Amino acid sequence: MRSTRTIDISTGLFVLLGFAAILFMVTQITNSGYSMKSDSYRLKASFENIGGLKSGAPVSLAGVTIGRVEDIQYDMGLYKAIVTMRINDKYRAIPNDSDASIYTAGLLGGQYIGLTPGSSDVPYKDGEQVIMANDAIVLEHLISKYLFNSAATPPGESTPAPAPAAQE
Amino acid sequence: MTIVLRELVQSFLTFLERVGLLVRFALRLAAILPSGLLRPKPIIEQVYNTGAMSLVIIMTCGLFIGMVLGLQGYDLLTRFGSEEYLGTATAISLLRELGPVVTALLFAGRAGTALAAELGLMRATDQIAAMEIMAVDPMRRVVLPRFLGGVIAMPLLVSIFIVVALFGAQLVGVEFFGVDAGSYWSQMRSAVELSDIREGLVKGLVFGVACSLIAVYEGYNAQPTAEGVGRATTRTVVISAVVTLILDYILTALML
Amino acid sequence: MDSGKTVFSALDIEIRRGAITAIMGPSGTGKTTLLKLITGQIFADRGQVIVDGLDVARLKRKQIYALRRRMGMLFQNGALLTDLDVFENVAFPLREHTRLPERLIRTIVLTKLHAVGLRGAAELYPQQLSGGMGRRVALARAIVMDPEILIYDEPFAGLDPISMGVVLRLIRSLNDALGITSIVVTHDVREISQIADQSFIISEGKVVASGTTAELRDHPSPIVHQFVDGLADGPVPFHYPAPEYHEQLLGGKVFA
Repeated sequence: MRSTRTIDISTGLFVLLGFAAILFMVTQITNSGYSMKSDSYRLKASFENIGGLKSGAPVSLAGVTIGRVEDIQYDMGLYKAIVTMRINDKYRAIPNDSDASIYTAGLLGGQYIGLTPGSSDVPYKDGEQVIMANDAIVLEHLISKYLFNSAATPPGESTPAPAPAAQE
Repeated sequence: MTIVLRELVQSFLTFLERVGLLVRFALRLAAILPSGLLRPKPIIEQVYNTGAMSLVIIMTCGLFIGMVLGLQGYDLLTRFGSEEYLGTATAISLLRELGPVVTALLFAGRAGTALAAELGLMRATDQIAAMEIMAVDPMRRVVLPRFLGGVIAMPLLVSIFIVVALFGAQLVGVEFFGVDAGSYWSQMRSAVELSDIREGLVKGLVFGVACSLIAVYEGYNAQPTAEGVGRATTRTVVISAVVTLILDYILTALML
Repeated sequence: MDSGKTVFSALDIEIRRGAITAIMGPSGTGKTTLLKLITGQIFADRGQVIVDGLDVARLKRKQIYALRRRMGMLFQNGALLTDLDVFENVAFPLREHTRLPERLIRTIVLTKLHAVGLRGAAELYPQQLSGGMGRRVALARAIVMDPEILIYDEPFAGLDPISMGVVLRLIRSLNDALGITSIVVTHDVREISQIADQSFIISEGKVVASGTTAELRDHPSPIVHQFVDGLADGPVPFHYPAPEYHEQLLGGKVFA
């Protein structure tokens, strides 16, 4: 038989641990309480089409993950998607003419942003906009373009009309 | 042929009778629930007995389930070149299914049998009868706190199990196989929703009610012999496991 | 449970207030059942049990509990609550039924423990007690609420001669000092006849003899004679009913 004190303490510990676990689940593995650490800086890029990019997706430089997509907004003035990235402070010196592209990891994998370094000596500053942004390659567009070009288009016609085959 | 039929009918009637008894038992517990909540001390003791005492086994099993998920998930996901979804796959399967179900099965084996054996022993050694003679309602004094302790402990155990398992999967996926730690957690974050967590906790609570009820029922109504106590613990595990899995299907169908 | 067997058919027992009444009989005659009837744990299909003018079977749950508070019962094996120490076991009815201050509870419990000679064992747990000590603690617990009726279920079973003497003396002295009505169910004829004021011998659901110890000793009925003198054979046969011995041995078939 243990003393009541031991029981109370270990019960308290157990309940605390349980609630800590619930708190961890609610804040750390869903987006609701998500926040990045502060030792990072922001970059922005605007895309015509971001495909299936989601916030939280990695940002990589030569395949090395250097940050995350923090936020995705749609700009009604530009008709473009504004993607805010959080880059780790370790990677401060990214040339300010580097461009950003949206790639797909593997055939069916998630999408991420890949930065390609430019040649400028001046690095990007916090909150700066990336000059060159290449859109996501949308598989359906590729397919319809391919079908259209190879089968449906008569030679000579260059502007693709809405393909009826693709809509069905 | 008629003998077989008669036996079938007979065992069906026994089954119905048992269900009826269980329901009556549950209703009686529900009726004294408010008065039981007024005395928190015995409930705290039982949260200790069922929850804190199950912590080690829950955490150990959680760690290994997580590591297995890490291994299997990594192996499967690399075939599609999408191992950064390891976090998502692990988290969703843990939150929705593995967390509550495995915890409930472990709970039935660890805390459920302990409850049934304890109550069965109290029955066999006349402690329950002695309370009745002393004009103390054993349902109120003995059964209710144990039931409530189990109900309170279960969702907490489920949560602890899930979090430990997530780190177990991270250990294998990230530390051993080199999945990026950032994408492990961030892919998880972008895919897991609050409703997934809610599903896990609701299941944990329902399983907690079911497993605790079965354990205290079997223990309280055990035959007052050594053999009867043994049978009560066995039945606790078997019935809890079956009921947990059936309830799991129903709850999943309801919440999807 | 419900075996459909009639335990008592024509049982008529009157227990005198303030006296020690012994109820004796061969094993399996339903002595324990009789106690359960008196305390309202089970009810008779027919007939009445009247305690202090109250028909037990007609009482509501609350009234039965109120009646039981005026009773104390000593179980065959003590039935002490194993998760409480000796002091708390004796204090248990007080804590459940009264709101006495801690100091008063302490005084009462120590007085009762002193009465059974176990004041020094207050901090031991039931597992640490010998059979005789456990029974004395249970006796202290049974008298802690100052009951009007004290029921002993096989108080001498499994005790060594010294402990038996102690328990015997306690039953007599408690009865005299507190003016309690005592009912002792036992089959230890020699022991109980030293202290009983009146005795009943029941067999096969009927009272076969009643009276003082001396009257029973000179009772003409052969079954009383067999029981009191502990003869192996008599109206209660030594042999379980079987076919004739020589027939079964000599006549080819093993089972007729």
